[in-house]
Amino acid sequence: MSKNFPFIKIKIQNEDFDVSDEIKFLHQKNAGAIVNFIGVVRGYDEKNNEIINSMTLEHYPGMTESEIEKIVFESFQRWELIGVTVIHRVGNLKPSDQIVFVGVSSKHRQNAFDGCNFIMDWLKTKAPFWKLEENNNKKNWVSFNENDNQALKKWEE
Amino acid sequence: MIIKYFSWIKEHVGKSEERIELPDHINNVNELINYLNELDKKYSLILEKKKLIKIAINKTYSSFDTNISNNDEIAFFPPVTGG
Repeated sequence: MSKNFPFIKIKIQNEDFDVSDEIKFLHQKNAGAIVNFIGVVRGYDEKNNEIINSMTLEHYPGMTESEIEKIVFESFQRWELIGVTVIHRVGNLKPSDQIVFVGVSSKHRQNAFDGCNFIMDWLKTKAPFWKLEENNNKKNWVSFNENDNQALKKWEE
Repeated sequence: MIIKYFSWIKEHVGKSEERIELPDHINNVNELINYLNELDKKYSLILEKKKLIKIAINKTYSSFDTNISNNDEIAFFPPVTGG
């Protein structure tokens, strides 16, 4: 579906991404505002008080892309947006590695801020990714954070 | 039918995917998990954690009472933790 919307880019990949390249992609047409969010691997698990050596991200190929598409299309319905990029990495990542990029361009800043926030909130609760945290002797599947469900309430109409 | 398992469900069941021939008397996901549990106790986790576990049918979020057929792809997975 992305082919019909040249200013939507959705990618699931092992490789890192270059934020300045992604900003260039969004910096087009009549954009007057570009907002982006970058998620980064934390080196510390605050809940269990443990150091994280690495993290493996698993996903459901096919469903991941279609769930993100639905969220992005919904953001275009709600706000006047020009371009949206969502890049999510999978595979093994280390602390301070970039995990996710959400970038939104629009004519005016509020739409870009809201669109980016909306996409990230929904991605956290719907896109089928699972994090496995690893330290020297343990592996731990990260459990869902109920705060992420609470975050959705601000988008209820 | 293709059944997929992710995250700790995959680890517990011991595989990420399997193909089964759906018996005629199985009409929905609830009946499928009961049927799997009769075949092997390793599937009991899905019954035990039913309130927590999410389901997709053909890569779309669905519920346990949704009707299924032998051509479907069913996935069982925990609440998502990406981003």
